Parts: sequence; structure tokens; C-alpha cells
Amino acid sequence: MKNWGFKISQARIIDLDKANTKMFEDLCLKVPSAKRCIMCGGCSATCTASNHTNFNFRNCNLMFRRGQFEGLAEELDKCMLCGKCKLVCPRGVNTRAIIYNMRIILNKMNYKNIEL
Amino acid sequence: MKNKSVIIIGAGVAGIEAANNIAENGYNVTLIEKENLLGGNLKNYAKLFPDFYEAGEVKNNLINKLNSENINVYNNNEITELFFENNKWQAVNSQNQKFLADAALLTTGFTVFDAKRKEELGYGIYDNVITSLEFENMYKTGKITTKQGNIPERIAFLNCVGSRDEKVGNHYCSRVCCINAVKQASEFKEIYPDSQAYCFYMDMRMAGQFYEELYRKSQEKHNVIYIRGRISEAAATLDNKIQIKSEDTLSGLPLKMTVDLLVLMVGIEASIGTNQLASQNEINGEYGFAKSKGLYGNDNITNKKGLFLAGTCKRPLTIPETIADAKAAANQIIKYLNQI
Repeated sequence: MKNWGFKISQARIIDLDKANTKMFEDLCLKVPSAKRCIMCGGCSATCTASNHTNFNFRNCNLMFRRGQFEGLAEELDKCMLCGKCKLVCPRGVNTRAIIYNMRIILNKMNYKNIEL
Repeated sequence: MKNKSVIIIGAGVAGIEAANNIAENGYNVTLIEKENLLGGNLKNYAKLFPDFYEAGEVKNNLINKLNSENINVYNNNEITELFFENNKWQAVNSQNQKFLADAALLTTGFTVFDAKRKEELGYGIYDNVITSLEFENMYKTGKITTKQGNIPERIAFLNCVGSRDEKVGNHYCSRVCCINAVKQASEFKEIYPDSQAYCFYMDMRMAGQFYEELYRKSQEKHNVIYIRGRISEAAATLDNKIQIKSEDTLSGLPLKMTVDLLVLMVGIEASIGTNQLASQNEINGEYGFAKSKGLYGNDNITNKKGLFLAGTCKRPLTIPETIADAKAAANQIIKYLNQI
């Protein structure tokens, strides 16, 4: 086949007809407060890890909620579980437990083998 | 029939408006205020949203109507007890003086959230972190400056201080702070068009008439910059500026900036009087506010016969809402007095 120098790029769309949002439901069974997040960004503003990396907990949580798991496990590895985010959250979301349980769920889904 | 009486506790917007309406109908009103001056929280504001109407004019119009011979005003009287005994509502002040009447109206209103409780925002620690009330006071004098007396080149307003915050125990939205921030940012830019005004928000709740229009105008005319993110930390720099950290949630990136003045939009909480008198009569609702019998048509009556509610002792309300609510309460009280 002739190479035209173009290739099909992955769709840049969240397709909620196909996305796996069941995983977020599973996460909420473990950490019910996950549902309460209103994406204010208080957590990521105060995050110690984000001083040195591009880690963004709010975004990870949102991607997980929308069933977008690609690269998420690597992102979560940047968190040091210090829990500062939990102190500022106005909705009382258990942020540390969310990270920990997201890691477990992603591990089970074989998105990446993470040492727990 | 006409020598029946009512005690109104709290001479703010609701108390004064209700007193006028009840007295007009020929009943005796005892209006009791804990402070020296009448007007309640309205005294703290220079101009009102969304039309920049003079707060002083609203206050004076209310107070001027109080000269009816049916109204007795007692200022500097803090009511500490309110109860029903011997077929009368009895209010007792801190000097043990008693006021008796056939009905009682609670208009004990609100107080603003104590910003010191959000320690991470540095109020009471750093000079240039102020509350929206302090901004209002400065605006009254026509001079908005930093503590050092300089014109702020950059000012930031932070919404939801003490509202929508589980950490301070207030889950509710105070409703008026969003539009108040828009108003204050516009006022600031009106005085200092060359300075920059930023507004940090979680949601902009522009649910009142002409609120959205004022929000638009603040963007178009005053170039107020809105950033969706909650400020989670504030710290002073060596030159007395305030460095703030938030996430710019719409770009997904952490954001920091230095401002000359940080204004905390403090939320509405039940006043001590509201909390105290409502608990004594077992009509205390959530967050220390007083609880009416129901929202639909019985919002001014309570489970206690002859005890009525109006205004912000029930929940956060705007001034027009408070006036309407006070008129509604007056109507209910007149009906009640006619029956007994």
C-alpha cells in the first residue's frame, strides 16, 4: 500500500456510549466520598507532588470517572500519598483512599502492574 | 381588638419592614435591637447588587417609616430569652427587663463567617488579606488601599469562604457572595481602571434577575478576570503582598500569583441571637438557622403558636427577598392577631 505520510489518529473524544464508567461505580463502593467531588481544584493547588511533576489529582479523578484509563496508572504513581489534599477538600473527599483504590482497580484491569 | 401587640426582635431590614406593616394596621409593635443603630447588616454596605443602589437610602427609607405612634423602638437591648407564658410572649433582655406581647416575630438575622477559621487563607495573620465587609468599609471611604497605604495593582476575590465547605461545617451556599464579588470587582475597577481584578470561583451562581448581566458587564467593561479554582493557600511575601495558589481547573494546570490585596467573600451564618432564641423555642433548624413550619405557604409561621419568622434568621436571603418575606410575615401576624 502506498504510504501517503498520513495515519489514522486516535479519536480525541470521550465516548460515553463506549467508555467504561462501571469502574468508577466500583471505586465509589470503596470510597463513597468520591462522588462528592465538584472539581474545585483545591487538592491539586495544594499538592506537594505537583510542585515537581505534572501530577493532577483532580484530573486523574475526572478521567477515571469518565472511563479514560490510558496512562492513568503512571500518573497515579507520582502521588506520594501525603494527604495534604484531603485537608483542603471542601467536600470532605477521601482523596488518599481514592488514589489507593484507583491503583488497585487499574492493577486488576491490567492497565499496569503496580506494586501495592 | 386594636390594642393587641407584637414584639419584634432585631431591627434589621426584616424587623423594620415588618414593624412598619404591622403598625400601619393599628397594632402595637415593640421593636427591639441589640445595637445602638438600627438597620442590622444593611449598615455594613455602601451599594447594593445588582444595580448599585445606595444601601444608605434603603436603610433611611425603612427607618423613616418607624415614626408611627404604634411603634416603640428599644435599641441597645439584647434579648437573651424568649418564651410563651401566661398567654403572652415574653422577651427578656440582658438586664432582666421583660417585654410582653401577644405575638413574637424573630428577625434576628445573620452574621458573616469568621474568616479566621480558614487559617490557610491567612486572615488575621497577613495584613493584606481582608474580608468582603472590610472591602465594603474601604469603598465607603472612597479609598481602597493596602494596609501600607498603596493602591492595589492587583486584587483577587475568593468566593465560598465559609460556604459550601465541609471543613467548617457549612454545606450550604450563601447565595449572595458570588454576585457580591462581581459587584465589588466592578466597583474596584471603576475606581482603579488600570489595576487588575481577579475572581476565583468554584461555580458562578448568577441566579438573580440582572446578576448575569452584571457578570457580563464586569467582563466586557471592567475586564475582571475569572478563574475557576479554589484558592487553597495564601502566604505573605517579603514586600507584604499575598501569594496565592489555586488550580486553574479549566486548563488543568496549577496556578500561582501574587496580589496586593486578597478579599475573602465571607458567607452567611446564623447570628448568635438567631441560634439562641430558636433553640430555646425548639425551632432550630440546620446550621443554627431558625426553622419555619414549611416552605410552601407556611414559611413565616413556626411550630410554636404566635411565634413568627422573617428574613435571614431562616436562611441566606437578598435584601429584596428579605423585604418581601417581612411583608409576608406581617400579613400572617395580622391574621393571627385578628383571630385571638
